[in-house]
Amino acid sequence: MHELSLNEALIALVEDEARKHGCTRVRTVRVEIGAISAIEPEAMRFCFDAVTRGTLAEGAALDIVTVPGRGRCVDCGREVSLTQRLELCPQCGTGFVRPFAGDDLRLKELEVE
Amino acid sequence: MCTVCGCGMPALPPGQAKDGGAHDHHHDGDPRHHHDDHGHDHGHDHHHHGDDHAHDHHHDHGHDHHHDHAHAHDHHHGGGHHHDHHHNHAAPGVAAHTHGEARLLRVERDILSKNNEFARANRARLRDARTFALNFVSSPGSGKTSLLVRTIGDLKARFAITVIEGDQQTSNDAERIRATGVPAVQVNTGKGCHLDAHMIAHALEELAPAPDGLLFIENVGNLICPAVFDLGEAHKVIVLSVTEGEDKPLKYPDMFAAADLMLVNKADLIAHVDFDMATCLANALKVNPRLQTLIVSARTGEGMAALYAWIEARAASLAAAQAAVPQVPAQR
Repeated sequence: MHELSLNEALIALVEDEARKHGCTRVRTVRVEIGAISAIEPEAMRFCFDAVTRGTLAEGAALDIVTVPGRGRCVDCGREVSLTQRLELCPQCGTGFVRPFAGDDLRLKELEVE
Repeated sequence: MCTVCGCGMPALPPGQAKDGGAHDHHHDGDPRHHHDDHGHDHGHDHHHHGDDHAHDHHHDHGHDHHHDHAHAHDHHHGGGHHHDHHHNHAAPGVAAHTHGEARLLRVERDILSKNNEFARANRARLRDARTFALNFVSSPGSGKTSLLVRTIGDLKARFAITVIEGDQQTSNDAERIRATGVPAVQVNTGKGCHLDAHMIAHALEELAPAPDGLLFIENVGNLICPAVFDLGEAHKVIVLSVTEGEDKPLKYPDMFAAADLMLVNKADLIAHVDFDMATCLANALKVNPRLQTLIVSARTGEGMAALYAWIEARAASLAAAQAAVPQVPAQR
């Protein structure tokens, strides 16, 4: 369950940004999770409250925006969308699709006081 | 739809929602129902909407969130749209809330950036020490430690070898490694399911890898989490034993996609198990067309010479590539 350590990394970034901008409280943490990243949104939510306890983000909402996966087929070269890492190219039906988007986890913005 | 109260009446024209939020369209025999005591928790206080599902409260009113009545409603949408909340809290005579002004901070930072900073520092440090580092990942019981013990025994005359052992608990593996005569540091991750770059930074302080040497990092036995964390290694090496299924690459694609070399271990057992090597390799290449594969047995030594050749070739080509680039000394 690496989502626990990802949450810890997330909260470290959140507190860093909040302090830098002189905020006293974080209300909403908005993140982007790639659809084909190795990160499970439900698991992120599951441990978010526990990890934020005692931080500037205690009680904050975690707002997760899913970023669709995009990749390029190594066979036909076309750009296609991906819902999982292991899809064959829907255009040519045979090629492996190398992902180039929807593979990461980003802190996008914060609603703060 | 009236979005002040959520009733089915038409949206308020801009500007009508002033004076404390009262609006006077009629609700079934309740004329002029005032919203002035909806002190700002009226249906807009949607905490915990942190979902990516399409939520169904509609903000389709015409006054585009510039209403002057005094509330800071906390709706947090997961739909990826970013509306600016320009609420003017100056409405006199309405003291409905006490919390401070909310504002939006754009951040745009990779959540793994802290780990990746440590990984970069580790990589620079290993480069300066001219140490070639491999991060061995697999499910528990694939034979990583036996593979390392054999490799160390065969290579320690040629390379200075150091080892970082990751396990949730016990120092059994580090003791097995130390018995071969090379330095090893055990990292216990406790509740953690993987090594991260910060742990490796600490272990490197303790180990001080020797010049022109090899560093083997044995990650926690887990086919999921270690895929996400760069440790600063040159390559991830995935170990898959023939006693596991040939569909492992399809079941755990992230890890196979992150690796550069796959070692199919326990080749000596292949006659005794239903393991289809061709299917396994095809599956692995489906996930990662660049993945190289060697079939080995840490027990009998089969295929190990090819692994040593791979290590030597890769270490040499990395060293050559690094020598070709002007180096900035790593910060100590």
